[in-house]
Amino acid sequence: METLIAALRSLLPHDSVITDPVRLRTYECDGLTYHRATPGVVVLPATAEQVARVVRLCNDFGVPFVARGSGTGLSGGALPREDGVLIVTSKMRAILEVDLDNRRAVVEPGVTNLAITEAVRDRGHYYAPDPSSQQICSIGGNVAENSGGAHCLKYGFTVNHVEACEIVTPDGDLVTLDRMDPGYDLLGAFVGSEGTLGIATKITVRLCRAPESVTTVLAAFGSIEQGGEAVSAIIGAGIVPAAIEMMDALAIEAAEAAVACAYPEGAGAVLIVELDGPAAEVERQFAQLREICSGAFELRVAADPAERAAIWKGRKSAFAAVGRISPAYIVQDGVVPRTSLPGVLAAIDRLSAEHRIKVANVFHAGDGNLHPLVLFDDAEPGAGERAEVVSGAILDLCIEHGGSITGEHGVGVDKSRYMPRMFSEDDLDTMQLVRCAFDPRGLANPGKVFPTPRLCGEVPGVRKGVHPLVESGKAEQF
Amino acid sequence: MTLAATGVTVRRAGEKDSVSGVVPRWVALPETVEEISAVLRACEEQDLAVVPAGGGTKLHWGHPPERCDVLLDMCCMNEIIEHAAGDLVVRTQAGVTMDALAATLAGKGQELALDPPFAEHTTVGGTLATATAGPRAFRYGTARDLLIGITVVLADGTVAKSGGKVVKNVAGYDLGKLFTGSRGTLGVIAEATFRLHPLPPERRWIVTRTKVADLAGEPLRRLAASQAEPSAVEIDCPDGRNATIAVLVEGSAAGQRAPALRDVLGDGTITAEPPDWWGLILMDDVLLEVRFPPARTVETLAAVGETRFSFRGSPVTGQAYLELWDDVSEEELTAVVDRLRARIEALGGRVTVPASPYEGVDRWGHVSTLPLMRRVKERFDPGRRMSPGRFVGGI
Repeated sequence: METLIAALRSLLPHDSVITDPVRLRTYECDGLTYHRATPGVVVLPATAEQVARVVRLCNDFGVPFVARGSGTGLSGGALPREDGVLIVTSKMRAILEVDLDNRRAVVEPGVTNLAITEAVRDRGHYYAPDPSSQQICSIGGNVAENSGGAHCLKYGFTVNHVEACEIVTPDGDLVTLDRMDPGYDLLGAFVGSEGTLGIATKITVRLCRAPESVTTVLAAFGSIEQGGEAVSAIIGAGIVPAAIEMMDALAIEAAEAAVACAYPEGAGAVLIVELDGPAAEVERQFAQLREICSGAFELRVAADPAERAAIWKGRKSAFAAVGRISPAYIVQDGVVPRTSLPGVLAAIDRLSAEHRIKVANVFHAGDGNLHPLVLFDDAEPGAGERAEVVSGAILDLCIEHGGSITGEHGVGVDKSRYMPRMFSEDDLDTMQLVRCAFDPRGLANPGKVFPTPRLCGEVPGVRKGVHPLVESGKAEQF
Repeated sequence: MTLAATGVTVRRAGEKDSVSGVVPRWVALPETVEEISAVLRACEEQDLAVVPAGGGTKLHWGHPPERCDVLLDMCCMNEIIEHAAGDLVVRTQAGVTMDALAATLAGKGQELALDPPFAEHTTVGGTLATATAGPRAFRYGTARDLLIGITVVLADGTVAKSGGKVVKNVAGYDLGKLFTGSRGTLGVIAEATFRLHPLPPERRWIVTRTKVADLAGEPLRRLAASQAEPSAVEIDCPDGRNATIAVLVEGSAAGQRAPALRDVLGDGTITAEPPDWWGLILMDDVLLEVRFPPARTVETLAAVGETRFSFRGSPVTGQAYLELWDDVSEEELTAVVDRLRARIEALGGRVTVPASPYEGVDRWGHVSTLPLMRRVKERFDPGRRMSPGRFVGGI
C-alpha cells in the first residue's frame, strides 16, 4: 500500500490523495451505515484521465478499487476496501453541455441528480429519474445503481434515460458506450452493475419536456386494503399515473411527528397519486380518479406547487421520520407483483406480530416496490436480531411472490447473500461471464452483488494449475 | 449425445432453410426451454454451429454465418405463458409472433408498446435479437426498455435467467439488455417478460406533405418538445425532395390534442388511421439504417437525398431505414455507404447496413468498443458456435 500511495501522489495533486486516518474514516460507509471499512487510501480525481491512471495503477499493483459518488447508497455498494483504493468523484462536478435541441445533457459523474434538472428547468425541461436523495446523490452513483424514484412508474429508471457513458474499464481503458453504436448493448449491461464493470466518467442523459399539467391528489382511506383496491382500480382503468405512493398508519404517524405534514387524521392509509401530461388528458384521468377514490374519506387536490410540495412532504420525509418513533430501524427494499400487495402486506403484519417488531410501510404502490421500515430499539437485547429476521423474511416473501430482493437500492454488500434465493447457480454463473469479460482480474468493487468470490478462468484455452485462492477454499474457480 | 438422441424434432435441411446462402444440415424444432437446452448440449458435444431463427423475416440480415450446421427454428416455442393483466406484465415464449401477442393482450385492453416492422411474422425472439423498434420508440423506448425479464440458453446448454416479472428490479446484471440486439451470437432467447401499457383509448395521426427544403428550422424541434406529447413523428421521403410527415398522438383526449400538433406543423389532415407506409420496411434486399442527432434531421435528409435510397424514419428519435427500389452493384453500394457514412458521422450519427447481398460492404463502420464486445462473445460462446461471424466485427 505504501508504494501504491507514493505512486498515486506522483499522479495526482497533493490534496487529491487522502491518507490521514481521521479523514479516511469519513469515507468508511455509505448510506448503509452498519457496514463499515476504512479505505486503504482515498483519491479525488478531477478528470477522466486521472481516474483511468488510478485504475491502471490499481492493476499494476493488483489492488481492488471502489468508486463512490455522494455516498448516499443504501446497500453498501460504495463500502470501501481496507486493502484498496476508494475513488471519489466529488471533484468531477461540471455540467459539460446542455443541448436542448437534441434533448440531452452531458455531465460529469459527481453532478447531483437535481442539479441537472435545475440547469434546464427554466427552459421547460427536466431529468426524469428522481430518487429521494436527488438533492445530494450523484449521477455517477445513479448510473451504477440504476436508480429509480417515485416517478419511475411512468418514466422508467436511469437506464432508460442514459444515452451514453464514457467509462474507465476495470483494465483502465477509457471507452465510450453509446446507445447509438452498433453491437452489443454494453451500455445497458453497464448501467446498474453497481461499480463492478468500471467507473462512469462522463454521462449523456436524456432530458424530458416538462408536462403541460400536473395534478397531485392525496386520498385518505380507512384501511390499507381500501387503498390497495383503489390502486388496482386505477391500473384497471388504464391510467398510468406518474406516481402512486402509499403509506400506512405507522408511517403516517412518523411523518406527522417529524414534519407535521398534516395528513388527514385517523387514516389507515394515504395514497398519493400524481397525474401528469397534456392538460386535456390529465383532466379526463382526474375525473376517473375521483370516481375510483370515492371510498376515500378525504380527498385533497393540490391547487398549486406549494400545496403539491405539502402533499409530498410527508412521503419524502418518511424514511428519516421513523427515527422520531423508533430508536433504530432498517430500511428494506423489495418488490412484489402489484396484485400480490394485499397478501404480502398481510404476511408482513403477521411477521411483525410474531417477532414483536413494528413495521411501518411506505411503498411505491404502482409498481409493487415496498419499503418496509423495520423498527426496533437497539438498547433492547435481541431486538436487532429479531428485526434482521423480519427484514430478511420480507425479502423471502418478495421472492415467493415472484418479485425481487431490490427495486432500487441495489444488492451491494447488503443483499448479496440473498442472490442465490432469487437466482439459480446457472443464472449467477452466467452473469459472472459478463463480469469476467469486463473485469477478469476482479478488481472493480469486488465482494458486491455476487455472493461468492469467483475467479475468471482464462478464455479461450486450457486452465493451468489451481489458483491459490481455490486451493485454500476462499474462492471457486469459474 | 447426437441430435437425434435428444428426442427433439429434427429434420434434414434443404435449400429453403438457407441462412444468407449457407444451407444448414439440420433444422431442430424445440418446444420447450429444456429441449432447446438439449439441442445445444448435443451441438456442443458434436461441435455443431447453430443459428436460431424466429419468423425468418430478418434472417438474411447480417453477414452469412461462418458455418451453420443446425437451424434452431423457434416456431414451436409459441406459447404465451402468463398475461398478468393486473400487473401489466406478460411472459411469453420467444417464438410467439408480435401480432399474435398483440391480439392476446388486446383482449384485456393492453399492449406491448413496440411496433417493429414485419409484425405479422416477426417473433418476440427475433424482435429482441435484432433490437428492431418502430415509430413509437419515441414515447415508449425500444425493446430493451420494455423487457423486464429474460430466459436464455447458452451455447453449452446452460439455461439462465435475469430480471423477473416485476417492472422495478435491480437485482443482478441485466442479461436482457445484453441479449437484446445480439443477433443470436451469445445464445438463444427462449422466453421474455415485458412490461405492458394500457391500449390507448384514442389514436390520431396528423399528416402533411412538405418539401425537404422547407423542413429546416423550428417545426421538427417544436414537435419533439410539444406538451401535447406526440407518441411518434415519422418522415417518409422517397426522393430526397418531397416528404410526408405524420405525427401520432394517442391516449385519452387524443382528438383534443391533435389540433395543437397540427398547428406546430402549419397544416395537415387529422385521421384515425396511419398513412400506408407507417412503420413499415417494404424492401430489404439492401437496407441501410441511419442514426443521427434529431437536430440534424434536415442535413441527414439532404445527405440521403444525394443517393438513390428512400428515407423512412423518425426526426425525433433520430433513426431511419433507407430502402433501395432498384438494383445496385457491389461497387456502387460500397461507394454509397462509404460516402454516406462520412457525411452522417460528421453530423454525429451512424450508418449501418442491416441487409446487403454483398460482403464487400462495410456493414458497421468503426466500432470503438469492439474489443470489449469480443471479450463478451468469448466468454459466452468460446467455441464460436452461435451464429458465428454474423454480427459486428465478424463476432
